[in-house]
Amino acid sequence: MNGLSEIYTELIAEESRNPENRRHLPHPTCCEKGHNPSCGDEITLELEVQDGRIADASFTGNGCAISQASASLMINLIKGQSVEKAGSLIALFQRMIKDEVTDVGELEELEDAAALQSISHMPARVKCALLSWRTLEKALDKPGRG
Amino acid sequence: MDSVEFRKDFPILNRKMNGQPLVYLDNGATTQKPEHVVRALCGYYGGCNANPHRGAYELSVKATEIYEQARARVQRFINAARPEEIIFTKNATEALNLVAYSYGLNFVQPGDEIVISVAEHHSNLVPWQRVAKQRGATLKYIYLEEDGNLSEDDIETKITEKTKIVAVTHVSNVLGLVNDVRRVADKAHSVGAVCVVDGAQSTAHMQVDVQKLGADFFAFSGHKLLSPMGIGVLYGRKELLETMPPFLMGGDMIEYVEEQDATFAELPAKFEAGTQNVGGAAGLTAAIDYLEQFTFARIEQIEKELLDYALPRLRELPFIELYGCDTRRNNKTGIITFNVKDVHPHDVATILDAQGVAIRAGHHCAQPLMRYLGQNATCRASFYLYNTREDIDRWIEALQQVRKVMRL
Repeated sequence: MNGLSEIYTELIAEESRNPENRRHLPHPTCCEKGHNPSCGDEITLELEVQDGRIADASFTGNGCAISQASASLMINLIKGQSVEKAGSLIALFQRMIKDEVTDVGELEELEDAAALQSISHMPARVKCALLSWRTLEKALDKPGRG
Repeated sequence: MDSVEFRKDFPILNRKMNGQPLVYLDNGATTQKPEHVVRALCGYYGGCNANPHRGAYELSVKATEIYEQARARVQRFINAARPEEIIFTKNATEALNLVAYSYGLNFVQPGDEIVISVAEHHSNLVPWQRVAKQRGATLKYIYLEEDGNLSEDDIETKITEKTKIVAVTHVSNVLGLVNDVRRVADKAHSVGAVCVVDGAQSTAHMQVDVQKLGADFFAFSGHKLLSPMGIGVLYGRKELLETMPPFLMGGDMIEYVEEQDATFAELPAKFEAGTQNVGGAAGLTAAIDYLEQFTFARIEQIEKELLDYALPRLRELPFIELYGCDTRRNNKTGIITFNVKDVHPHDVATILDAQGVAIRAGHHCAQPLMRYLGQNATCRASFYLYNTREDIDRWIEALQQVRKVMRL
C-alpha cells in the first residue's frame, strides 16, 4: 500500500467529492469539453471571462478522483485571475506533473493544487491529473474567448 | 489446486508488482506466455529466421514450413474445413476490419442492414459503422435481456430479409457470457446473411468449432491465447473468401503485375500482403500445442471453480456492484465485471495495483454497452488457467481496502 496515502490525501479524496465547483454558470462565455478517450474520463469546463479576467469558472463531468479533484482545485486557483496568469499557472502545473520543477518554492503559487505533485511518480495517472488543465488551456487559446 | 501445476510454466507470475507478489487478473486484456511459447519465438528468430515464400534456399523453406504448419495447426484447432480458410492477421481487430473492408464495402448495398449486438467490442462495432455509412446501409442492434444475454426477440425481429451481415461476439469481454452463436448464425443464414463472430474472448477458454458454430467468419487474437502479440487469425468460409477482393495490396499477394493492372494470388496468400509474422505464427503453434496437452473441459473447470469461489465472496461485500453475474443460463466465463460503490474504477485499479493486483478499469472498448448498462466505466477481473484461490483471496482483501483509502 506504499505511496497510496500520498496520492489519495484527505484533500484530494474530499476535493474529488466537493460539489462546490460542480455546477453550471449562469452566463458562461466559453464551454470546453475535455476527454481522455482511453479511460473515458470527461469534463466540461465553463468559463465566464470578462475584460481578460476569469470572473467565474465551473465544471461538470465524471472521472476518477484524481481528475475530479484536479479540476476542482484548478477552478479554485484560477477564479479571479487574469487569462495571462492562468496560462502561466497551467504551464507550472504541467511542469510539476512532469516532474520538471526543481525549486519546490515555485509550487506555492499552485496553492492546494500542489497536492497533486505525487502524481508525477505515477505515469498511469498523469493524464487524469492533466485533463482539466489541458481543457482550460484549449479554452483560453480560442479566439473570442472573452 | 490444479492451477499450481500450470504456474511453473509462467515465470512472470513469480515477479512482484509494487513490492507485492503479482496477482494477474487481466487475462481478458492479454494472457501471460508460457516458457514453451517464449522458447518457440526465440527459437524461430535464433535459428530459423528468413523471409518465407521467397528465397530458394533452405532457411527460407524452413521459415515457410513453420508458417504453413502454423496455419494447419490453427485449422485443426478451430476445425476449419481447409487450411486456406485460415488467414493470418496481426490481431482480431485487423481480422474483423478485413471482413468489413473486403466483404462489407463490396457486398453491402444501399438500403441493406447490418445487425450487431450492443455488447460488441469496438473492434466489431466501429468497422460496421463505417461500412454502414459508406454504403448507405443501416446498422441495427440486438439489445440484451435483463440477465445480460442477447435478446431472443431482437434476434428474431432485427435480423430480416434486408440483413446482409450479422456480427456478434462469442463471449462479451465485459459481461463474460457465452452467446448462442449457432442460434444467431442459423437466423442469419435463414435470411441469406453472413455471420461474423468475434472470438477474441472465447478461443483460449473453450473448444471452438467454427463449423458447428455456423460462423462464416471467425476472428481471434493470438495474444489472448498465450501467444505473442502481433499474430491473429481470420477464419473465413472458402466460398466467401474467394469472392472477396484483397484487403491490403503488395508483395506476396499477387499473381502477375503489369504497369496498370494486377492479378492476385490464390487463397490464403491473397489476403496476406507483405512479410508476415512468422515468429508470431511459431509462437501460436506452440501455444496451441501447450493448450492441447490439457483438455478444454479442464480449463473450463478451473475457471468455473474460480468463479464459484469468487462470486459468493463478492456478493457478501455490500459495497460491490456486479454486472453480468446473474445469467439464467449456464454460460458464465471467468470474467467478473464490478464496481466499488462511490469509487471510480481507475481509483480502484490504482489501489489494487499498490497491493500487487492487476485488473482492468475503464470502458473496456465497449462504450455503447457501458451506456446501455448505465455506467461510465467499470472494473474487470478475468481469470485463466494459472489463477488460484489465493489470487482471489488477495484480490478480495485488496478490495476491502479501497473505500478506506478513499476515506469513505
